[in-house]
Amino acid sequence: MKNKIKKQFRWALLFFLTPVLLWLVLLIVLPQIDLFIMSFRSENDAGEMIWTVTNYLNFFQEPIYWLTFVRTAIYSILVTFLTFVIALPVAFYITKVVKPKFQGFLTLLLLLPFWVSEMVRVYGWMILLRESGVINHFLLKLGFMTQPIEMLYRDSTMVLGLVYTSILFMVVPLISVLDSLDDSLIEAAYDLGANMWSILFKIIIPHAAPGIVSGSIVVFMLTLGNYLTPNLMGGKNSLWFTEQIYNQFIASFNWNQGSAFGFLLLFLSSLVIWVGLKLSKQSLSKVVQ
Amino acid sequence: MIRSLPQSKGYAIGFKLYVIFYFTFLFAPLLVTCVLAFNDSQFPSLPWKGLTLGWFTADLPERVGIFHDQINLDSIWVSIQVAFFVSLLSVTAGTCAAFLFEQEDFRLKQLLYFLMLAPLVIPGVILGISILMFSTTLGVYFEENWNLDVGLFRPGFWLVVLGQFSFISTLVTLVVSARLKKFDHTLEEAALNLGANRFEVIWHITLKYLRPAIIGAGAVAFLMSFENFNTTLFLVGSEATLPINLYLQVRDGSTPVINAISFLLIVGTSMAALANLYFSKKEA
Repeated sequence: MKNKIKKQFRWALLFFLTPVLLWLVLLIVLPQIDLFIMSFRSENDAGEMIWTVTNYLNFFQEPIYWLTFVRTAIYSILVTFLTFVIALPVAFYITKVVKPKFQGFLTLLLLLPFWVSEMVRVYGWMILLRESGVINHFLLKLGFMTQPIEMLYRDSTMVLGLVYTSILFMVVPLISVLDSLDDSLIEAAYDLGANMWSILFKIIIPHAAPGIVSGSIVVFMLTLGNYLTPNLMGGKNSLWFTEQIYNQFIASFNWNQGSAFGFLLLFLSSLVIWVGLKLSKQSLSKVVQ
Repeated sequence: MIRSLPQSKGYAIGFKLYVIFYFTFLFAPLLVTCVLAFNDSQFPSLPWKGLTLGWFTADLPERVGIFHDQINLDSIWVSIQVAFFVSLLSVTAGTCAAFLFEQEDFRLKQLLYFLMLAPLVIPGVILGISILMFSTTLGVYFEENWNLDVGLFRPGFWLVVLGQFSFISTLVTLVVSARLKKFDHTLEEAALNLGANRFEVIWHITLKYLRPAIIGAGAVAFLMSFENFNTTLFLVGSEATLPINLYLQVRDGSTPVINAISFLLIVGTSMAALANLYFSKKEA
């Protein structure tokens, strides 16, 4: 009897394990290994494939490549920081300040735009900001300007678009951590004479740390890997690293160079996530929940 | 500071203004897109030239509304098919993974769990190129060794489905696992004691319990697939999905027909999102 149960349980294990293994091995593990291998292969002068580090050397020798890489990293950190600064008051307002009966409605309102495709949202910003756009139209009508100005294709618009695209992933974790913050802590601090800033830095931010970390990780990763927003809102000057990858793959058809770039991007994102987790002493499996 | 504490008038008004400003920022691009879909102009911009439904219904040489625009209609249909298969596959794999990680024990479970989480931290672009390359490697290998030309390994419909499936499954796994964690195991034990075997228990009891989570995750998977761009970009063949198709049109200059499509998308996804929320609230 016991034997039979054991046997059944093994069958169940096999039944569940097979699709999961197929998924993870065929679509995640092997492709990543292939990416890694390909990044160390290149054609030599005779047109044969050989093992080499040329692809990585190219990256360090061509300033345009590594400058783009550094630029992308710095802008991603800036975007992550901006989303945090913008999102914290909103999350605080919804959890602590507004009347409880509006809470659900405001949260719903907050989520709605993010169900819409990123493509549509970026397009909306484009028709707002471009030279013949809606904002220019109103500014001209109201007499603030005599000549329309191109607001698209600037670094600042690109940052605006990136913040817009990813801010939800900061607001939601912040709302959930602030929800668990006991109001009486803030009340006590207030009674003892603390001002707004010391309450913010000594109570709210330490309590919200787990939410800040998980929000930052997701925002950073999404920003770093974004192609659509920098490409459409930053235009030709956007110089985003994913565009370099795209160019190598689709335009130059140099897949080996492209995989080296891809691997470097993967390395950067893993590194930043790892540092973030270490600094805040959290584990990945906890953060995703 | 907070509700229970006295607050100065300046603080309250300032905070309210900030939140109003934030919501304006959130909705302005969507609202403008929707409004300009009805503007009687050849360009998606102001001035307002009067109300028209032309960008939806017209079929004139200089103005083709979305309902007659075959290229865009085709790409919408491709996206629906992709999203259908992605949600079907990812719900299957994700539910299996949830059972695997919540109810089974085996060696290297921790390692596999981390692998399952990996797609969350791999940028979509990297998933796209790695799957593109691996499938090409396989295609070359099959061709050289067995002289087989497998269409699946070339960029196209099924590769897009697989690419999106590779990371959407992780989200399904997390959603279904969260519900499975709350499951009362005495129900399963009772059924086992009464003579049911493991699969009967899962089919009749556990899956019934998980149904709301599975339906919710399936809906989210559908939406995520429908709007995916980064991974799809590298795997797409001749059949463009809607976001890719829109991207190509916007890059090369746009007409209000894109506003019309956006309007339909905004209305459609908002309704789907509201329905999803409504049902998940009801079940909870």
